[in-house]
Amino acid sequence: MSERLGVTPAQTVGPFLHLGLRWPDGPYVVPEGTSGAFWIRGRVLDGTGAPVVDALVETWQADPDGRFDHPDDPRGARQPAIPGFRGFGRSETDAQGGYALLTVKPGPLPDPDGGTEAPHLTLSLFARGLLHRLVTRLYFPHEPANAADPVLSGVDAERRATLVAAAAPDGFRFDIHLQGEHETVFFAV
Amino acid sequence: MTQETVDQTGSGLVLPQYRRDDADAHPPLLSPGYKSTVQRAPQRPLTYLPQRLTEVTGPLLGEGRLGELDHDLTRQHDGEPQGQRIIVHGRILDGDGRPVPHTLVEIWQTNAAGRYRHAVDNWSAPLDPHFEGVGRALTDDRGRYRFVTVQPGAYPWRNHDNAWRPAHIHFSLFGRAFTQRLVTQMYFPGDPLFFQDPIFNSVRDPSARDRMIARYDHATTVPEWALAYEFDIVLRGRESIPFEDEDDDE
Repeated sequence: MSERLGVTPAQTVGPFLHLGLRWPDGPYVVPEGTSGAFWIRGRVLDGTGAPVVDALVETWQADPDGRFDHPDDPRGARQPAIPGFRGFGRSETDAQGGYALLTVKPGPLPDPDGGTEAPHLTLSLFARGLLHRLVTRLYFPHEPANAADPVLSGVDAERRATLVAAAAPDGFRFDIHLQGEHETVFFAV
Repeated sequence: MTQETVDQTGSGLVLPQYRRDDADAHPPLLSPGYKSTVQRAPQRPLTYLPQRLTEVTGPLLGEGRLGELDHDLTRQHDGEPQGQRIIVHGRILDGDGRPVPHTLVEIWQTNAAGRYRHAVDNWSAPLDPHFEGVGRALTDDRGRYRFVTVQPGAYPWRNHDNAWRPAHIHFSLFGRAFTQRLVTQMYFPGDPLFFQDPIFNSVRDPSARDRMIARYDHATTVPEWALAYEFDIVLRGRESIPFEDEDDDE
């Protein structure tokens, strides 16, 4: 019955991405003033170590109970307990390549293989010079569940650290290196 | 076929799975003809990520994000913008031809002279005080969207000698899952600038490139008012899951 169609190819957002993709409330995965909220801040850097000033970071995550308000969560869509929790964040980079998102820590997730995924955010990165989005994940430091996380475990041990944020005074720090010695692990999803 | 596609094991969780794209479906990240890719494309191979709960869900962003005139780029100011008025419409589909309803579509583009209303765009074409170049719409029950805008212009960029971007409209799509997120560009049929554009040509498969070109749609033109183009966008389809009738291909 159904026809198989070829997907539309991706193209770069280009340097003028802010026109179409800037949301005043983009960085707020949760509203300001939410109890337990913290900032995730970081820089996006290119192969020369220069800041990427025309990038957009998007995040998606479960709520603190590890649930999604989405019909394809087989446990059932459930509205988050936190008022205004969107699960989605969007931040463009500034003149220093910096981005910032206000959020709360997601809960751990059951894994179809019977294990548990450690708390994480999944990230899309768009920029001039990126013909297709890059996908990565952000994990939290000092999280015991990281050791058994099926995705982290599948990454070369010496590169795992690129997926783990660092503690910072008002939350966490997570730099994204497009190339180089500390190149972030990017995923094919 | 379904062995790989059904992710059901210990926890009893059954997750929909989205088909992975063919190698040639999207541009290679490193496309040296487009110079900005050289310092920005990752140099190590991508790591395979199984699609789990975070990847098969995604933001379902609704009406709250839209203003009344977000879909009509010719009516966002007191006066009308310069240029050829056009209707751009189409469907958002998944790879099995199923419409993606109620999904956010975001667009941005130059004005008729080929200039973006953006601080970084300072080439010598005029700005238009009546044109922002930004639109948003939600697809309807049948996955349809519709914008009214003006024909964007070509513009020079400094990628190579005498480089010009073909006229295009940027499109941003969410679909219903993180795996379906897509940002692309819509081009116009018969553009003479295609041959020298490394962004358009970064897609190696000619039939895939064709999927980025809108179709002139005379049936949708409005007499005495506007020309029309049709642009369907195809996001990933789902692997078949035997528990869902609608997904059963056999």
